[in-house]
Order: sequence, then C-alpha cells, then structure tokens
Amino acid sequence: MHTATPTIDNGVNVTALLGAREALSQAPESARFTWRAHSKWIRGTHTQIAVEDFHGLGEPQRHQRRFTFEADHPEVFAAEDQGPTPVEYVLVGLAGCLTAGIAAVAQNRGIQLRSVKASVEGSMDIQGILGMDPEVRNGFDDIRVVFEIDADASRADIEALVAQSQKRSAVYDLLTNPTHVTVAVK
Amino acid sequence: MNQGRSRPLHRPARAVTVLVIGAGHTGLAMGHHLARRGIDHAILERGEVANAWRHERWDSLHLLTPNWECRLPGQAYAGPDPDGYMSMPELIALLDDYAARLASPIHTGTRVTAVRAVKDGYRVITDRDTWRCRAVVIATGACQVPVVPAIDAALPPWITSLTPREYRRPGQLPPGGVLVVGASASGVQLADELQRSGRPVTLAVGDHLRLPRRYRGRDIEWWLDAAGLLDQRFDEVEDIARARRVPSPQLVGGPTPRDLDLNVLSQHGVRLVGRLAGLSGTRLQFAGSLAMHATAADLKLARLLDNLDAWALAHGWHDTLPTPERPAPTRLPARPCLGLDLADGEIRTVLWATGYRPDYAWLQVPVLDRKGRLRHHGGVIDAPGLYVLGLPFLRRRKSGSLYGADDDARELSAHLSAWLARCGRGVAHAG
Repeated sequence: MHTATPTIDNGVNVTALLGAREALSQAPESARFTWRAHSKWIRGTHTQIAVEDFHGLGEPQRHQRRFTFEADHPEVFAAEDQGPTPVEYVLVGLAGCLTAGIAAVAQNRGIQLRSVKASVEGSMDIQGILGMDPEVRNGFDDIRVVFEIDADASRADIEALVAQSQKRSAVYDLLTNPTHVTVAVK
Repeated sequence: MNQGRSRPLHRPARAVTVLVIGAGHTGLAMGHHLARRGIDHAILERGEVANAWRHERWDSLHLLTPNWECRLPGQAYAGPDPDGYMSMPELIALLDDYAARLASPIHTGTRVTAVRAVKDGYRVITDRDTWRCRAVVIATGACQVPVVPAIDAALPPWITSLTPREYRRPGQLPPGGVLVVGASASGVQLADELQRSGRPVTLAVGDHLRLPRRYRGRDIEWWLDAAGLLDQRFDEVEDIARARRVPSPQLVGGPTPRDLDLNVLSQHGVRLVGRLAGLSGTRLQFAGSLAMHATAADLKLARLLDNLDAWALAHGWHDTLPTPERPAPTRLPARPCLGLDLADGEIRTVLWATGYRPDYAWLQVPVLDRKGRLRHHGGVIDAPGLYVLGLPFLRRRKSGSLYGADDDARELSAHLSAWLARCGRGVAHAG
C-alpha cells in the first residue's frame, strides 16, 4: 500500500533510513546521539551560538561545516535586534523538524510533494519573563502550526502525513513533554 | 508414558509429548486440536480454567466481541442472544463447559515455575511435579502483568493507585476525583464507570484506537469480520511489529450496544488531558499532544470506514445497508489542562490503564529479545518445539481474541505435529 515507487522523489533517502533502522535494531547502543551548541555572549542580549560537533553511531561526528547563529531581541525590548529571539529559534526547530518528517513519511508512502509551507506561531504573555505575575508562565502557552501542502495525494492522506510527522518529531516531543534540564557553572 | 501418578516420596519426572501452559481459551483451543491430531498432551493451569477472566477482571466487564463471534474450536455460539456481549460469569461458564467436554487432561492449581531445554525436549517444573516433554505451547496470554509507569512509585502517599487487575467496582475507591491513565479499551470503560459513580474523572489520553460500536446498522465486528480484516495474516502486513503494538480499541460490551469514545466521555463530564508525561513534586504533567492523538485517531477511523464502505460497494452490501453516517470529529477542550497538583486534593485515585505484558520469568530458554518479548514467527518460537498462542496479531489480526484461537491453534498444532514427525519419533500414543 505505502511502498515507494521510483517515480517519487522528495529528495529523501528512505532506503538508507530504513537500513539504519534495521542496523540499529542490532546495535541499539549506537542509536544514542548527543547534540551540542556552543554559545558566546557578545553584548546586551546579543549572543552568538555555533553548532558543529555532535556524537552518534558510537563515535564523534561533525557537520560538514560550522554553522553560527545570532540571537538577540527586537527593538521593542530595547535591544539591538542582531538576530532572532531565542524563542523564535524554537519555532524554527519545530518547523524544520515537522517538515523534514513530512518529506520522509511522504517518500516512504510514495507521495510526491510539490510544495510544503508552514506558518508557526507561538504565543506568550511577557508578564511571565518580566516577573510581573508569578501565575503567568515564561514560555509559550500555545503553539499553532498551519501547513499548506501541495502534493499528489488526497486531503486525508496529506492530513495523515502531517499526523505521522508529529508522532515521530523530536522537537514536537520536546515541546509537548517535560524534559529534564540541568544547568551548571564550570 | 504419560500415566505417571503422583508418588509422594519419589517423584520422577512425568512424561508427555506436549505440555500446554495455561487453560484459558487459547490453551483449551490448543488442547482441542492436539487431541484431534492424536497427540498426547496435558494442560497445566496455575489456578482454575479461565483464571484471569475469573479472578483478574472487573465486575462490569463484558467481551468487546458479540456472542456470534465467540467461537471456539468445534463449537459455535448456540445461545439465545447472538448479538449480545458476554459478561464474565457467562464467559467463565462457557469456558468451564468447553473444558469439561475436552479430551485434554487439565491439571489445575499447577503453577509452572521453570521451563528448561533438555535433550530431546523440555523439562517443565511446577509447584507440584516435574514434567518431561517434547514440545511446550505457551498459552499464558498477553494480559498477565499490568504495565505500571515508574511515576507510580513517586505518587504522594495520600493517593490510592491501582491497576485494572485489582479494580473490581467503583465502591472500592475512595470518594473524590480519579485520574485514569490510558484511553484504550480498559481506560475508557473504567473512566465511564467511575464518572457515572459520581467520581469526577480526568482521563489522560495518548495513542488510541477509536472505533464506533455500530456502523451502518451493523456491529463493527461484523464489518471487520466480513471484510476479512480480522483474518489478515501476520506475513501480509507491511510492519508487523507496529501492527502488534496497536492499542486495544475504544469499545465496550454490555446489555445494549453503545459507543464509548472520547466525545461520549466528555459529554458525561470526563475531563480529557494529554498523556501523563511526568510528576514534578506533587504536580502531574500532561503532554501537549492531545490534539495530535485525537486527530490521528479520527483520521485512522475515517480511513477504516472509507475502506469498509468501498468493500460494501464492491460486495453488494451497499444498497442493503443504511447510508454512511460518519462519527463527529473528536471534540477537545480549547486549552487542555497541562498540569494538576495532587496537593489540591482533587484527585484521590490514580488508575493505571496503561496496558499489560506477558510474564516469562519462568521461561529459562534464551528466546526473549532485549525488551523481554518472545522471538517468534507466527507463534513458532526460535527454539525447536516451543510455541506461543494468544498474543496480539500472532498470526492474524484476530489472534488476540477469543475467536482467534481456533485458526492459530489449528495451524500451530499442524506445525507441531510435522515437527514431531520430522524428529523421527512418533507420538507416544493417541490422546
């Protein structure tokens, strides 16, 4: 029913992904990955963050190059707006993760995608981060994602793609479930 | 050869060709087929026939499958109410009666404590006797040990927690709110019953399978049976590991057919929250994924009903049945509750409807995978002469049900018989 056909190409190597799943089922310890970011304060609320190395498949790994990100706050926060706010990076992560999932699931189900667009919104009450009201949480109280997908598939199949991508999304999981976080000083 | 009587002083191993462990519906079904094949065997049962149905289920439970579907090998339902659903006393009577008419020797009150591979077969140690046999059929069921999340151990001391195995009736719980964790068959049934008892229920909902009790004037089981879905084989589905993990459907049996989905529950005042994700101090944390799970279940249901409609059209049923009416999409609170403080006193009881797992602690043969599941191919375990019955989608989609036992037991008894013949030793004697 959902077998990939050679005519479908979303640019996802499903065979390699399924192969990896098979290989990892023999060596589940290799499935443990550690992702890293290294940050450096510039000034004000401006921070520069770099991503390059990570760990997985039992050994150190490296991206093809070093990626750097600027994080800051907009002028309405009396900042210099040298980059997106950190919470926007969370939306970036969610959009990237869900969309990658849609492409992979579509490839596996033999659905040719033509365009996949998402608008992602997160809302928050900044009385939380400003410490004005202890009953208001700091983070998003609601996140809304709306996909607009053009593909060779029925609306029901497209909705099923979107549902399945949520089910397998790391960032969706991070945002919907609590995560143990430790922050230490060296 | 298998006529060993109990000898109080010296108890040499009793010998039999095949031992079946468990006298539930699957063990009895296997007994029937082994007897038909003339294979010498015995059934060992830790308690009584139908022990789990008798002692480990709640009072109001009825089978999810209509009576007409409750076939056992050589026996169709012959009672007065083919469209009804059996209560536990009715089911126990049915299995008692079936067991009494079976040719198989059934040793009740005999708990297996170890099964070991030995030359030419297995040594089965029980709390009464030791047995030698050529083959062992594990028919202990899929629902033995309730799966309880680690959070249970961290619940504050004033919270009562229990599993469906201990739960019998609402009056057993203290008054006050109940958190039911899990929205599969057990979870929705117990949420419904407890809410009706006047205890406000919060239901934590993760992955679930929504099914209407009836569709187009027929029981959903009629559709699944007639369209051949229940007979779909394990080697025909794309991802059998996933198919075996499918949660039990949101169905209920009882005096009258009725739907029991999340909409029905929220109409009755049950509060729906996301999957129970954590406990921080006394604060329960619920996942923000309720909408995703509800949407996924609605989509799967719509796809199933589309397929059933297409089948009805193709097989001449369409014009004879009422026109399709689709269940309304699952209605959810706009802002589902993400956390509850147990210190508030609103919740007094946590009921873990988080599933069951089999218990193979006694199986001293290296046939378990790293997650403690049996490695088997359609019930043929990775060790010669070792078989299992009654697990979800073991050989067919219906394998986990009462009526699924017949076909699986027939095929596995054929495999077993061929294996005994190949080993060059005939069966000890006709049973």
